[in-house]
Amino acid sequence: MRRYSIFAVAREALRYHAGWEKAWASPEPKKRYDVIVVGAGGHGLATAYYLGKVHGITNVAVIEKGWLGGGNTGRNTTIIRSNYLQDPSAAIYEKARSLYEGLSADLNYNVMFSPRGLLMLAQSEHEVRGYKRTVYANNLQGVETRWITPGEVKDLVPILNIEGPRYPVLGALYQERGGTARHDAVAWGYARKCSAMGMDIIQNCEVTGVRTARGKVVGVNTTKGEIDCSKLAMVVAGHSSVLAEMAGFRLPIESAALQAWVSEPIKPTIDVVVMANLVHGYMSQSDKGELVIGGGTDGFNNYTQRGSWHHVEQTTRALVETFPVISRLKMLRQWGGIVDMTGDRSPILSKTPVGGIYVNCGWGTGGFKAIPGSGYAMAELVAKDYSPLAADFGLDRFKEGRFIDESVAAGVAH
Amino acid sequence: MLTLTCPCCGVTVEETELAPGGEAHLKRFGPGSTDEEFETYMFARKNPKGVHFERWRHAYGCGKWFLTARCTATLEVFGSYPAQTTEPPAELIAKIKEKRPGWEGYK
Amino acid sequence: MSQRLQTGGRLIDRSKEVTFTFNHTRYKGYAGDTLASALLGAGKSLLGRSFKYHRARGLVASGVEEPNVLVNLGKGDRLEPDQRATTTELFDGAVASSQNHWPTLAFDVGAINDYAYRMLPAGFYYKTFMLSTWAWHKVFEPVVRQAAGLGAAPTKADADRYEQAYAYCDVLVAGGGVAGLMAALKAAAEGKRVLVAEQTAHWGGRAPVDGGEIEGMAPEAWVKKTLEALGKMDNVRLMTRTMVAGLHDHGYAILYERVGDHVPDEGRPRHRLWRVRAGLTKVASGAIERPLAFAGNDVPGVMLASAVRDYIVNWAVSPGKEIVVVTNNDDAYRTALCALDAGMKVVAVLDAREWAHGPLVEAVKARGVRVLEGHAVSKVRGKSGVVAVEICHQDSTGSVLEVLGCDCVAMSGGWSPVVHLYSHSGGKVMWDEAGAMFRPDPARPPVGDKGQPIAEVVGAANGALTLSALCAEAGVAGGAEEENPITPVWIMPAKAGNDLKFKAFLDYQNDVKVSDVQLAAREGYASVEHTKRYTTLGMATDQGKLSNINGLAILSDALGQAIPQTGTTTFRPPYTPISFGAVTGEARGDIFQPLRKTPMHGWHEAHGVHWEPVGLWRRPYTYPRKGEGHRDSVNREIVNTRTNVGLLDASTLGKIVVKGPDAGKFLDMMYTNMMSTLPVGKCRYGLMCSDNGFLIDDGVVVRLAEDTWLCHTTSGGADHIHGHMEDWLQCEWWDWKVYTANLTEQYAQIAVVGPKARKLLEKLGGMDVSKEGMPFMTFKDGELAGFPVRVYRISFSGELSYEIAVPANMGLALWEKLHEAGAEFGVMPYGTEALHVMRAEKGFIMIGDETDGTVIPQDLNLGWAISKKKEDFLGKRAQMRTHMADPDRWKLVGLETLDGTVLPDGVYAVDEGVNENNQRNVQGRVTSTYYSPTLKKGIAMGLVKHGPERMGEVLDFPADNGVVLQARIVDPVFYDKAGEKADV
Repeated sequence: MRRYSIFAVAREALRYHAGWEKAWASPEPKKRYDVIVVGAGGHGLATAYYLGKVHGITNVAVIEKGWLGGGNTGRNTTIIRSNYLQDPSAAIYEKARSLYEGLSADLNYNVMFSPRGLLMLAQSEHEVRGYKRTVYANNLQGVETRWITPGEVKDLVPILNIEGPRYPVLGALYQERGGTARHDAVAWGYARKCSAMGMDIIQNCEVTGVRTARGKVVGVNTTKGEIDCSKLAMVVAGHSSVLAEMAGFRLPIESAALQAWVSEPIKPTIDVVVMANLVHGYMSQSDKGELVIGGGTDGFNNYTQRGSWHHVEQTTRALVETFPVISRLKMLRQWGGIVDMTGDRSPILSKTPVGGIYVNCGWGTGGFKAIPGSGYAMAELVAKDYSPLAADFGLDRFKEGRFIDESVAAGVAH
Repeated sequence: MLTLTCPCCGVTVEETELAPGGEAHLKRFGPGSTDEEFETYMFARKNPKGVHFERWRHAYGCGKWFLTARCTATLEVFGSYPAQTTEPPAELIAKIKEKRPGWEGYK
Repeated sequence: MSQRLQTGGRLIDRSKEVTFTFNHTRYKGYAGDTLASALLGAGKSLLGRSFKYHRARGLVASGVEEPNVLVNLGKGDRLEPDQRATTTELFDGAVASSQNHWPTLAFDVGAINDYAYRMLPAGFYYKTFMLSTWAWHKVFEPVVRQAAGLGAAPTKADADRYEQAYAYCDVLVAGGGVAGLMAALKAAAEGKRVLVAEQTAHWGGRAPVDGGEIEGMAPEAWVKKTLEALGKMDNVRLMTRTMVAGLHDHGYAILYERVGDHVPDEGRPRHRLWRVRAGLTKVASGAIERPLAFAGNDVPGVMLASAVRDYIVNWAVSPGKEIVVVTNNDDAYRTALCALDAGMKVVAVLDAREWAHGPLVEAVKARGVRVLEGHAVSKVRGKSGVVAVEICHQDSTGSVLEVLGCDCVAMSGGWSPVVHLYSHSGGKVMWDEAGAMFRPDPARPPVGDKGQPIAEVVGAANGALTLSALCAEAGVAGGAEEENPITPVWIMPAKAGNDLKFKAFLDYQNDVKVSDVQLAAREGYASVEHTKRYTTLGMATDQGKLSNINGLAILSDALGQAIPQTGTTTFRPPYTPISFGAVTGEARGDIFQPLRKTPMHGWHEAHGVHWEPVGLWRRPYTYPRKGEGHRDSVNREIVNTRTNVGLLDASTLGKIVVKGPDAGKFLDMMYTNMMSTLPVGKCRYGLMCSDNGFLIDDGVVVRLAEDTWLCHTTSGGADHIHGHMEDWLQCEWWDWKVYTANLTEQYAQIAVVGPKARKLLEKLGGMDVSKEGMPFMTFKDGELAGFPVRVYRISFSGELSYEIAVPANMGLALWEKLHEAGAEFGVMPYGTEALHVMRAEKGFIMIGDETDGTVIPQDLNLGWAISKKKEDFLGKRAQMRTHMADPDRWKLVGLETLDGTVLPDGVYAVDEGVNENNQRNVQGRVTSTYYSPTLKKGIAMGLVKHGPERMGEVLDFPADNGVVLQARIVDPVFYDKAGEKADV
């Protein structure tokens, strides 16, 4: 793999960039791999990457039914934070956030992680108490957050109306090292490194069946033929139920649409990511200048990547109320993704009833921010059958009644 | 923005009048059931990409719960029926089979 | 140079001059102008700067697809950035300025990027600036952010208002061109309710400019006649300035009506958003012309051929004096004819096809114009305006044959049907090889609730690009000159080298060139979505209206595959951008959300209340007096209530009546404790769990009659709990004879609390409120001061307490009466914070504080309220699971700091060591913490591992700034442990 750098760009500029090699290879599948990862989204590619980097397992295929990074990795609002309340969540999201800090250098691909800071506004006494509690929890979890006053909120985000007539801002939970990254670049950067390690990324290849023998996985059937493997990692978000069914087990997952939209680009107006959970909206500004907005999830099962319009109205109202200056800006593009929601809205990183099959799903509305941590933990789980970061996210928790419920602190989507 | 027909009111209404309620025909397990049975009742959900039976409440109308069969891949609605039943009506099953010959049926 | 023609202009009214300013200079235009036509008419061609290279740009189009000339329109609280000059109807006093340059439009420092273009290919930023996150965030990114963005950021709240409306129709026609009007007429004649939406202010689409004949009439006359006919029909609604922005699932269309943009001083709402349920949408959205990809195709003066015609015919503006037409189809010859008619010199027509013929070509040749077949533009000369074109053979590397002086280039690469609305809800498109275009696939339409198609496409949007084809499709007599087939041309010239491809633009605004798409393909970003995202092709404010197909074709060519194999990106709503103001509508400020008011709401407001939002209600938090802080007033309210008497507006408490022969059995399932055994006339505190075991609500249940109970819920929980009850009744136990009704708003409820409460009620008179007449935990119906009341003897404060329910319309009168009569007893209102403190002093739990969705009743030592006798209740099975039965669960205790200070909200008690993930181990947390003015010290409740077994132990609570607070585990009941004060 040729290194990317300003010098490489300059060198290539002299010859009209004719010399760039492919970012990743597109090989035909081999007969057999040690590990097959199904799903070349951020989580799947990161799983493969850390399998190679940390555990030295490189005989790996990442199979993708569409184009890599084409699921929720490429259609989220790119928020990165780890200000979670419960220990297991804070651990894995903070692992992810800290890996994001060095990811561009690690991957030699600029994923544009920008720790621009993230605010969760408290607009009721209940939220005030919830976020203060989160701050104390975070400080013991090694997550740097702090409670700030309405005045400090206003200083950070001058366009924010802290004295709205209905829900004045009473303060905020502030994570200074939270922020955003360039979502596509995360998938592309991991893909390029995986490919460089000799892993096969196989796009446009759909898994049509899972083969098992004596309760253990032996391979998968795909639209590009049968492929054998010793271990299988299912990392397919919204389509996890469909894949699990092929392997003969059911997941506590429901798929629903979550929408996002952007404004036309304008000059910088807001530097910090702001989440207003009481009124259900969040907003940041991309490097391109677009305001990036997201809101709540539809309440019904859906695989169409299209959500219901009234959510768009509700969230836009919430944000116009919070940022009155955006009223004359225009909505440029609106889209949806399919999120996989579990019974406690926390993810599943787990062994399964079938030997050698591991599942990573259920990230719901919060997947992007978790990608490096999720991949790191999943790789460890696949390689060693145990990962401290994944331990609490097992499937067994639903039987035991041991939930990881984050709605305690933040009622809505991320 | 879906439209669904409330079998109680007999009118087709906007999604904004309705509250979604998840999978239909769940069988409740209470005391005396095994951990597995209870877990299945509480969490294991059918999540098909295709025909799905689900609950809705006409929350801002008559207040009644009702059930629908809807395709999660196209959002086509095959029909709705009152919630006071343990399985979908036979004629609805027949209608869906006619429209979706490959459908495996209600299970 | 562009200029206004002496005659013509079908849309302008020369009798009405309009004045406007652009970049601080005053200009004149006419009523009917767009900002674009007026600027062009005033001789302005350099009108904007591109996003990345800051290249000089002018108008390339005349409609919504314009990517270059976006302006800041208006100022202050009416500033709108990124407004398309082509869709801005000119009005008197309009103020506009160009965007994305510094210091001026003519001299833009950012244009230095254009010299460094080779260093800045697609995706260069992914390959650089990786030194460190610090460097990216602090050094590089701020530069990128400042350079990016387009329009100015508004700094003031919007001064305008917006509306929203609903409409229903059988047929929605999207587009008021000839095809749309034909479709409307047909549907209307069939008796259908028809709504026709046209995005511009004018009907007829392109036909009046392009000519031809319909039913023996010129298009303009036919349009007029048809509109008159439609206007007379009751079942037709015609709307101009209204764009169908999106076609959503089940035929839900969003329409964007620009009501006041063109008359900003008339006081109209600015925009109106229509939500339309349409049985069928006839998509008649036309087609958009494609640019040709040649070097310098972005120099101001290079325009779409159709746009040149539009400016001449519609607004009497000639974009130049000497024009070169470059095309791969016959349609552009109309531009040559139109330019000749307007007195412009047509220097040449460069036709990339090897053989140009047919009536349009012959007509141009007949007027003495050079028609050069198989020719192409090699490169446009000029920087801020076209000076000349270098011409070459299309099938060449671009060797220059000749240089043609000109100041305008009209280009046409063919037309792309506008398929957006068909695609929004899942309709698919197919590649039409002959027409070199994607058009709707009628076999794969978007489907509605019954699986029926919800959209059909007509006219140019359906690929019927000529008037003849369109009329034939509609079964109407008419047509125009016969046209010969297009020859697709994706790169001009076909074998252009790097020097040309690096200046041949596809996406104007985002500065994506032919070379960028080829680079993406070379680097393996081979999916069309990868290429789009890597190069930003099609992601500008025109969302690829001009660039998508050209980019796609070049990608396909680079990958050596056919265009349909490459596929398209997904079309997403809205069709063109719509204001957030319109999406928001009137719901802002005070009416941002509905406000629920108790009957005493106005009284609270008049008495200096400080509100707390609780759901959609507002509840009094406290009533500070002059000079009092909130903390002071809360303390005063508590002390007064505990020594005299206080009044709480408890009307927001949920009140659900449950009635019927099986009501008792039902409530035994809903509550963890036994409600069927509650005697008539008595009150009992009850807990409600979800079937997953968690505590969801609590409240006092009252048995009103043998078959009737009244369930009080938390304020926030009333609607939810009522829904929860109905869920179980309707979906699980539907054979049980139970009826429920949510009576929350039917009654006002007032808590009269404190040692002097009885005296106050006795003064009102009308019923026996003595200890014997109305014992603790009972209720009575009766009269107080003439009000029909129901009085409950329940207490959430630990004091002698009566909760009085009256019909809502009497709530305020009773409240005022209590104040009047209570003056001598020192009555004062108290708010929710005093309520919270007093209940915490008593060790009573609060849903939402002691519970957070993860807590079960057993955690709160509420085992006494969990029936052991009942075989089943909601949550019982769940609470048997291993984790819920775990003896290590944290349990409720009281906490007292050693020095009497108040513990902070939410603070945790640490344990020794760290866990596997290096997080500090914890053994408990604070759930409620207050200063108790009664006890004059801090009190708290919390959940602690094995807490009740550890009374007296001291725990460490790391608080702020490294301070560790110490608190002792104590009994959670701090005040009146024996419970004597309430039961007097």
